[in-house]
Amino acid sequence: SPQVVWSMLGNRQFCSYKMTTKTQNFCRNEYNLTGLCNRSSCPLANSQYATVREEKGRCYLYMKTIERAAFPRRLWERVLLSKNYEKALEEIDENLIYWPRFLRHKCKQRFTKITQYLIRIRKLTLRRQRKLVPLRRKIERRENRREEKALIAAQLDNAIEKELLERLKQDTYGDIYNFPIHAFDKALQQQEAESESDSDAEREEDDDEDVDKREFVEAEDSELSDFEDMDKLETSSEEEQEEEEEVEKKASHSKWKGKTPLKGPARRKRPHIEMEYEEETEPSTKTKAA
Amino acid sequence: AGESSGPVPGDGAGPPAPERVLFPPTFSVSEIKNKQRRHFMFLRWKQQQRKEKLALKKKRRKEREALGDKAPPKAIPKTIENQRVYDETTVDPNDEEVAFDEATDEFAPYFNRQTVPKILITTSDRPRGRTVRFCEQLATVIPNSHVYYRRGLALKRIIPQCIARDFTDLIVINEDRKIPNGLVLSHLPDGPTAHFRMSSVRLRKEIKRKGKEPTEHVPEVILNNFTTRLGHSIGRMLAALFPHDPQFIGRQVATFHNQRDYIFFRFHRYIFKSEKKVGIQELGPRFTLKLRSLQKGTFDSKFGEYEWIHKRREMDTNRRKFHL
Repeated sequence: SPQVVWSMLGNRQFCSYKMTTKTQNFCRNEYNLTGLCNRSSCPLANSQYATVREEKGRCYLYMKTIERAAFPRRLWERVLLSKNYEKALEEIDENLIYWPRFLRHKCKQRFTKITQYLIRIRKLTLRRQRKLVPLRRKIERRENRREEKALIAAQLDNAIEKELLERLKQDTYGDIYNFPIHAFDKALQQQEAESESDSDAEREEDDDEDVDKREFVEAEDSELSDFEDMDKLETSSEEEQEEEEEVEKKASHSKWKGKTPLKGPARRKRPHIEMEYEEETEPSTKTKAA
Repeated sequence: AGESSGPVPGDGAGPPAPERVLFPPTFSVSEIKNKQRRHFMFLRWKQQQRKEKLALKKKRRKEREALGDKAPPKAIPKTIENQRVYDETTVDPNDEEVAFDEATDEFAPYFNRQTVPKILITTSDRPRGRTVRFCEQLATVIPNSHVYYRRGLALKRIIPQCIARDFTDLIVINEDRKIPNGLVLSHLPDGPTAHFRMSSVRLRKEIKRKGKEPTEHVPEVILNNFTTRLGHSIGRMLAALFPHDPQFIGRQVATFHNQRDYIFFRFHRYIFKSEKKVGIQELGPRFTLKLRSLQKGTFDSKFGEYEWIHKRREMDTNRRKFHL
């Protein structure tokens, strides 16, 4: 009899459907109406019981009566409920007529909840679903490793510098940059543009000035320079030319467009002097580019 | 077996390599059952191999020096790029068919200077801080670009609106676990859509340099190593993001360098120190892209026509075959 069943399963003995938590007991039985473990909600301890369950979007009313207690296979009677909400409620009412109020009420409540979540599912599937694609660890690792190797093989800084120098040679920058060899090439290939003739004129002027100054400045240099050949008057004269040009350049800095921001000191045209200044500026560029 | 044991390995000191070791001819190091002894013998064998190799190298060098000028040229070391399987779709610069294709494809209006690129950058839903910052930096790098937040809008609905407002390109940055990891680049008036996997994203503050921010000048574009037909179309797609006429005053350059199917993006400022020397300084974000798929129309994951998809089982097996 149900009272005996409950006195066993309820508190004293083991019920495999019962799940205890700190505050409440739950019932995992699939036919349970409320989901809690109570005397009135236990499908095993009540000989007359009813539930509403849904399968594939359709709701069914399950009923259990005393008459069929001996036939486990036919124990639960299943009734399909209509898709219309109000009609389904009426169907529950007429099937569970003369049944305890508790069961009727709880069945209708459960049915309401089920229809609500079914509506929600339908609404969500119409929206954009975020598709979760699992990462494969081995493949991720493989790709990261290959990327590192590719980065090393790419030598990006060198490639970029080469490309930029190529473009400079191909004259894509036009007249912005004036370098002596470059200008010389242009003179060989094309007719001179205005800027070129200007720079030539400047250089010629410098030479003229230097011829005079070369006499008395030479001596100082020959005293100072230990390692450079004192015989080579050329180097000292070139240094003079350099300094002259430096002065000229700083005066004509405004003529060039927007060179100032990053690298302050003016560019050197002759290779020797470049060596001296390279030591100052190279390290900084190297740390950046690397 | 008495000779082959050699000095007792229990010392812990390194095994001294003996001058001449006599082994029975069918002996192999792996036959010794004792692990310690086996290990010791293996180390000794390895040392011997190394010595032999060194001796061989020295001999060869001596021969080469002895021959002097008549020596055969040095062998070129094999690299992955050398050994790359020749791709039949490699573009020949003088190919007419390719030139014709490119004159009539979706980027022709851009390359004929009929359209000015206008770019919309957006993310997936609910972007985290890193992605947002990355989007902002990307917007400074690419001129004429705008960042808009997604807020749960469907891409299919955004696209017609973008076309109506004259956008030429759409970039969607996908985010996973607070870092950006994917990029969808779509050319808008029904242009191709490329889906990339994005990795090693570095924001501006994480790059070790002392440069300032990129200015508003239009940067130059460098596209390296896009050899095959597919690579060519991707290269054009990436180039179409930037306006056609760079401002050389700005001295900024954006580089897309393809190496073994990984596209590295860098943004630099350059300065010519002389006609043979240029200094570059990295500013701006950097990231690497790997192409996952190329679709013919605009973004449509279900019904789109795919020009190219990365198929892992077929394409990843050969380490010498690259597709871009």
